[in-house]
Amino acid sequence: MTDRSSPLELEHADKTFLDSNELIINMGPQHPATHGVLRVILKLDGEKVLGTECVIGYLHRGVEKIAENRTYTMFNPYVDRMDYVAAVSNGLGYCEAVEKLLNVEAPARAKYIRVILTELNRLASHMLWLGTHALDIGAITPLFYTFRDREEILKIFEKYCGARLTTHAFRIGGCQYETYEGFEEDVKKFLKFVTPKIDEYEELLTTNRIWVERTRGVGFLSAADCRALGVTGPVLRASGVKWDLRKAQPYAAYSDFDFEIPTGQNGDTYDRYIVRMQEMRQSLRIIEQAVGKIPDGPIMAKVPKVMKPPVGEIYHSIEAPKGELGYFIVSDGSTQPYRVRVRPPSFVNLQALDQMVRGQLVADVIAVIGTLDIVLGEVDR
Amino acid sequence: MVATLKRQYGSGIREASTYLGQNYMVVDPSLIPEFLQVLRDQEQFDYCVDITAVHYPQREKQFDLIWILYSFARNERIRVKTLIADGETVPSAVPIWPAANWLEREVYDMFGIRFEGHPDLKRILLPDGWKGHPLRKDYGIIQQDNEWVQINLGIESGQ
Repeated sequence: MTDRSSPLELEHADKTFLDSNELIINMGPQHPATHGVLRVILKLDGEKVLGTECVIGYLHRGVEKIAENRTYTMFNPYVDRMDYVAAVSNGLGYCEAVEKLLNVEAPARAKYIRVILTELNRLASHMLWLGTHALDIGAITPLFYTFRDREEILKIFEKYCGARLTTHAFRIGGCQYETYEGFEEDVKKFLKFVTPKIDEYEELLTTNRIWVERTRGVGFLSAADCRALGVTGPVLRASGVKWDLRKAQPYAAYSDFDFEIPTGQNGDTYDRYIVRMQEMRQSLRIIEQAVGKIPDGPIMAKVPKVMKPPVGEIYHSIEAPKGELGYFIVSDGSTQPYRVRVRPPSFVNLQALDQMVRGQLVADVIAVIGTLDIVLGEVDR
Repeated sequence: MVATLKRQYGSGIREASTYLGQNYMVVDPSLIPEFLQVLRDQEQFDYCVDITAVHYPQREKQFDLIWILYSFARNERIRVKTLIADGETVPSAVPIWPAANWLEREVYDMFGIRFEGHPDLKRILLPDGWKGHPLRKDYGIIQQDNEWVQINLGIESGQ
């Protein structure tokens, strides 16, 4: 990788290393706190960060190119491999985008099942984020707690569709599987089980002095910066912007449910933590409302066996756990998409890293990478 | 909105239409970036959702370049599209939306479209020394830069 090592150049490159206070440090791609294969080149002055550069692409698999060589149905499982901790959301976005292109609508029952599974997945994603983020900052216990509880969600997924992570839970036009016997009881049991657990996480961290000191005021991002940088999801909301696609442009069955959009004021790492914790409770609320009244009826709309959407383009986006996940699909009227563009929230959010860590301490870089909640499978695609 | 813009730019706006409830405009490449600036400043499209391209090798103007914009104030999306030929450059949108930085780098990486005035236009997902732009239609699905693979990975083929 010789040609990739030309990072931020020192301003006085001719000076010897010792003459300069500036130091260039390479972090990753194999580093436990980069949540995958992210490489960050840091330019430091002592402990202060002067600038960063992200080197990404280590996990690039050419998902968009693959899409052009598969039929619409065949590409469906591939989207699960992007944000692999929130595979259900990926699938929902893709299926809905193709449905729009085909001009079909999933039946109400399918929509409710979709909402329940997607919100469960949001919980699982936030739990994984909390565990690893706290671990990076030095608290080991939350990791064990969150992984223990996330397991219960994965068990429901496994019982529903046979897979735990890359679920491929939905089909274009609805869901392939009817809910299994006892699905609703399982979800209700889980809700009862997990509500006190979230309190437990909060007890460990919310007023914990070390946690507060390490996160408050760290990685500040103003609402204006967020808009300019295209940052979405909990990061945007923690900066005080009340914007959630589930409310702004409702999809699936979200308009049927009553829930709040939690926001922060300070736009720092601590507020982002609080926002995500509140989002977990809101997800529980949505699931609770949905599970009691899943409508009867078919789970699949009438879709042709051979899908040939009419010529045209569509952009459809959903609120994934990490932010706005969009699919831009161009159809040329054949069985294969002419072009599929994925607008990944992690990729765009990661761009804000430089702004967030400039002038801060090198130890805060770890906290900021954690708080952005990126998944490299989605950044690199 | 469309009427005002049409009055302002006349035939520069080739097409302004709606498909499946989504608005899009096809504009002349000479209007970029002024047109984007106007959309942000006057029409409040303050969030650049995505920049991407589509390759049509049989056309004379081979590429569709697309900006997907969103306005928080209006809760509305719009797609701006322009058609450009291979080798033609487009002014960068980074001064308008800093978010365009990585998005334009990805378009350059995957399609080889150059953005004039971009602060650091280089590959982003593929290695710097890679040859070819994989999302062009003439780039095969199993095609790769064999020379790069041999030199850097020490193997004959990455497949």
